[in-house]
Amino acid sequence: MDYALPLVFMAIMGIALLVYVVLDGYDLGIGLLTPLATDAEKDLMIASIGPFWDANETWIVLGVGVLLIAFPSAHGLVLTSLYLPATIMLIGLILRGVAFDFRVKAGDRKKARWNNAFFIGSLTASAAQGWMLGAYVTGLTPSLINTLFSVFIALTLPALYIVLGSSWLMIKMEGHLQEKAIGWCRAAIVPMGVALLCISIATPLVSETIADKWFTLPNFIGLLPIPVSCTVTFVTILWLLYRIDLIKRGYAWLIMAGTILICIMAALGLAYSLYPYIVIDKLTVWQAASATGSLMFVLIGVIVVLPAVIAYTVFVYKVFGGKTKNLYYGD
Amino acid sequence: MGFDPLFLARLQFTLNISFHILFPTITIGLAWILLYFRLKYTISRDRAWEYAYFFWVKIFALSFALGVVSGITMSFQFGTNWPGFIEKTGNIAGPLLGYEVLTAFFLEATFLGVMLFGKNRVSNRTHLLATSLVAIGTTISAFWILSLNSWMQTPQGFSIADGRFFAEDWLAIIFNPSFPYRFVHMSLASLLTSAFLIAGVSAWRFNKGVDGPATLLVLKTGVLMAAILIPVQIFIGDLHGLNTLKHQPAKIAAIEAIWNTEHGAPFTVVGFPDETNRTTNLAVKIPKAASLILTHQLDGEVKGLNEFEGEHPPVAIVFWSFRVMLAMAGLMLLVSWWGVWFIYKKTVFPRLLLHALSFMTFSGWVATLAGWYVTEVGRQPWIVYGIVRTAEVVAGHSSEVLTGTVVAYASLYLFLLISYVGTLHYMAGKPAQSLALLQGEAALQSESSEERA
Repeated sequence: MDYALPLVFMAIMGIALLVYVVLDGYDLGIGLLTPLATDAEKDLMIASIGPFWDANETWIVLGVGVLLIAFPSAHGLVLTSLYLPATIMLIGLILRGVAFDFRVKAGDRKKARWNNAFFIGSLTASAAQGWMLGAYVTGLTPSLINTLFSVFIALTLPALYIVLGSSWLMIKMEGHLQEKAIGWCRAAIVPMGVALLCISIATPLVSETIADKWFTLPNFIGLLPIPVSCTVTFVTILWLLYRIDLIKRGYAWLIMAGTILICIMAALGLAYSLYPYIVIDKLTVWQAASATGSLMFVLIGVIVVLPAVIAYTVFVYKVFGGKTKNLYYGD
Repeated sequence: MGFDPLFLARLQFTLNISFHILFPTITIGLAWILLYFRLKYTISRDRAWEYAYFFWVKIFALSFALGVVSGITMSFQFGTNWPGFIEKTGNIAGPLLGYEVLTAFFLEATFLGVMLFGKNRVSNRTHLLATSLVAIGTTISAFWILSLNSWMQTPQGFSIADGRFFAEDWLAIIFNPSFPYRFVHMSLASLLTSAFLIAGVSAWRFNKGVDGPATLLVLKTGVLMAAILIPVQIFIGDLHGLNTLKHQPAKIAAIEAIWNTEHGAPFTVVGFPDETNRTTNLAVKIPKAASLILTHQLDGEVKGLNEFEGEHPPVAIVFWSFRVMLAMAGLMLLVSWWGVWFIYKKTVFPRLLLHALSFMTFSGWVATLAGWYVTEVGRQPWIVYGIVRTAEVVAGHSSEVLTGTVVAYASLYLFLLISYVGTLHYMAGKPAQSLALLQGEAALQSESSEERA
């Protein structure tokens, strides 16, 4: 138990953060795209995520919550090191979140202002998350090269969110807006690929332990499915983006599913690189872990409650399934 | 040069938690009120209840969004500013927070979507269920977070090894001595805050003649709720105080500004506590009243601050916050019973009463914040009462960095608060019917979905 429980919680935390990136990723992506849309399109785009964003955002609370619950000392180390980007992200998330409501409730005169807040909030939150990811995979060690790397990820990670957001729009929208979404996705897909590639390359460069784990035989062969499946999926998405007929016939979900698959693969790769560390070369999961008794107590809750959470989340996606058509539920 | 980092970190926490609590305080109570509106409509088929729901669910959604986003800040705040707290108490604080996320956050956030936007997509029964689950979720959330807060006030059920806490008895931790009082006190505070909010906004609307029968129904609901709950709240508050006297006598000594242990201690109505000279200037006192309230005996002993030197909270803040809270309770009692008199006589509310109610719109906020300052500042210098000092667990950020983030948060919160009140004001000027019609198709289809149910 002392050995297994921290690993179980590492997995739960990883899954929660992955789910967050995917779910809030499409919300934030739509936020990033709003300046490119007309006012009527903005309403429709935001209406398509209105019923979901609240629950989507809860996954980051779970992710950080598990970090706090299971790895208290890592929680302190990670978040104090990421103090500035975390604060900027929080301010971005606050602006974005309140803009959902203010833009339709504060009156027409102020709508444009809150639309801007929605975009700026989405942008700062996404960029700050990129910065945090960059700083985290470089081991939270400040140096010029690491900072440049973090800035680079901050600039490119939003591309992933745009791909997720525009593929969501391809599923939920019809006609002209759907076509626009295809164009947005085409523009963002390559920067996204570059960002993910750079993160994959950076981790082994930062730490020799990680490099050894990847570039020795037979590990390298065992790990090949990760880069190979990512490449294949990436090429398939690119191909699909130029088959508008298929997208119009309802295959847009394949683009989103493919992007999610790439995220899962990237997460698996990252997990393999990190193991057994929670902060690279500084703190292992066991060093950072809470007392076994406390972890057991939470695990019971996770086992009982998480399936219910997943079940009612699926229910809500069913209730709001189909194309987003009207404006009323943006209200 | 700059402020003390500990002071800045505490200021930032105060800003974050004060801004955050404003919105859950509304939503915890308003969720149940909305459920009541929905049930009233389902049973009576009186459209006015439906309009009341339409109007207030929008304010609920706005308040909820503000609560969620400011709550996320809280979940990061422990790590970014108080890493020592989680390193020491993580084994206890972690699971309590974890259960809050698992059992409350997902429930409320997910069903909120159905509650707000699903009215024409699900049956009336499912929508009622979703509304109930949101209300239950908000209350479960309060349960866990207040359990943790109460444990920090009255810790038990743990052991300590190598400076870290270990859980020994979860039931003792969750149901620690101050928890039942704090939970009931805060739940009532939420109901009262939302009662005065709906009554105050409705009084304003009624006075301006903005709206028809829905406004009057809401106004009466708010006034009646407040009139019933405020005496209960005062009674519970008294019990809570007695519990505090037993477990945190230094906090009570600060509330009463009693410097030396006394038999037959007076109650200081107003005064200016002076910690340097350890006296209260210009004090207006009622003889023996503090002893009577706290020990229910005229000559009961009340411990003074001097018995806790170096280990008692800053006196003036606690003293004044407590009096602000009491004054609010008094005003709430007065205004709500005044309203009940006219409901009982079945006559229209006089204009003066309508003005008084509008004036009291945010009285719940003032009372709730003041109450929390009493209990939280009153816990100082401890973060876990009697065991861990706040100064021990703060992160080592420079005062320059902290000044920057404090200013950023403060300006953002000020801006949002103005926007929130401004939006409420804007919405209050619109008839509920027009807001219901804004939903166009939603209103039309809700009828067909009721037939389905």
